[in-house]
Amino acid sequence: MITPGILGLAFVLLFLALMLVFAAMGRRRPGGNLRVLRAYQRLTQAIGIAVESGRCMHVSLGSGEFNGLQAGAALVGLGVLERVARTASISDKPSIATSGDGTLGILSQDTMSTAFAAIGASNQFDPNLGQVVGITPLSYVTGTVQVVSSEQVSATVIAGHIGSEAALIADATSQIGGITLGGSDSLPAQAVLVASAQEPLLGEEFYAAAAYLNSSAINTASLRAQDFFRWTLIVAMLVGAVLKILGVV
Amino acid sequence: MKSAFSAAIAITFGLVVLAGYFIDLSLLVLLRDVFLRYTVILAAIALVVGVVNLLMVHWRKMSTAQGGSSIYSLLLVVSLILTAIIAGLLGPTNTLALWIYQYVQLPVESSVMALLTVVLVVAAARMLRRSANWFNLLFLATALVMLAGAVPLFGLNIPGLHGAGGLREWIAGVPSVAGGRGLLLGIGLGTIAVGLRVILGADRPYGR
Repeated sequence: MITPGILGLAFVLLFLALMLVFAAMGRRRPGGNLRVLRAYQRLTQAIGIAVESGRCMHVSLGSGEFNGLQAGAALVGLGVLERVARTASISDKPSIATSGDGTLGILSQDTMSTAFAAIGASNQFDPNLGQVVGITPLSYVTGTVQVVSSEQVSATVIAGHIGSEAALIADATSQIGGITLGGSDSLPAQAVLVASAQEPLLGEEFYAAAAYLNSSAINTASLRAQDFFRWTLIVAMLVGAVLKILGVV
Repeated sequence: MKSAFSAAIAITFGLVVLAGYFIDLSLLVLLRDVFLRYTVILAAIALVVGVVNLLMVHWRKMSTAQGGSSIYSLLLVVSLILTAIIAGLLGPTNTLALWIYQYVQLPVESSVMALLTVVLVVAAARMLRRSANWFNLLFLATALVMLAGAVPLFGLNIPGLHGAGGLREWIAGVPSVAGGRGLLLGIGLGTIAVGLRVILGADRPYGR
């Protein structure tokens, strides 16, 4: 008998198999033929502006627990942080990361340490660049707003689990002339980011960060696997709706 | 070598926990539960490290006296130490600890939420100034309809907007739910992709 557990395992294994197949197929041209997402283009521009203006970039990793369902968004955020820290490390002011969870705070410091080591600038790394600013959603936002204002950030990248309070971070960044871009796994945050961020990332666009910022074969392959399943689900839902209308099911 | 060792540990633990969710074998389920309990303990330790980090950052701000922000830092350090002493010595359910929660934390957090309402209105105006395209206009119009339809307008129920079968109920029940579920499906697929990349060792949030 097929249990939901076996079905789930089959789904994950199929996803994994597709990722590996797409990775093998795309080894020659990793990152090729990705549709343009303005948020990732703006991110690259924002890093350049931060370096030129001598201001720093800020990555907001949110206040989600790393050992829960919000870990996926946190992992995306850490990937974005690595890219930002690595690219902006030549700036006079290195990037900073804020988080609202102890584990995420430690991982953000580790990610930044790795990024500095990768470009041979380990001596510039300061553990206080990865800060835990508050451990409840609202205290996190209050602490982050203070960091944004006092550090005079040129751009904030919101990448992690956060609620509608993300608007306060975007507003604080806007008040000092910076821009906000990013996304979250939370629907209220996505809704407020549409209004308050210059470049919001909606739904799966947020999870495409790895493919757009680090165009390795496996990152692009995971994005293609996501797209494959997304279209499969869309077709299945449309077929289901038509069958329901026709009275077949 | 260190990096490969870390990756091997992460991949092994990831696979065991993942398999424990799908395969109903008592050993796998037991291992999954044990590993998850370890995670909770490690997360609690990480929280303490995070609080120490918070203290250190603000201590440094105070000692380098960065203008007005040093006053906020002083306030944070004093409040944190006081609360930790009170809740630590008397217990989190003590009257004094609960008083701090009820008369300090709750009002402050409620004020931040109230501030959020104003910020969102300003954000909507900024969005239109940035780009008054059809998408943004539709977004704002929908928000206004939902807001106006939430309560009777000056005590009056507007036919077609309020109540069962009204525009607000239709938006909340059909396009909003459909769009929300679509986004959630994308988020679900994205989370699976991220998890598999960690298990494959392509993403290494634990450093290299």
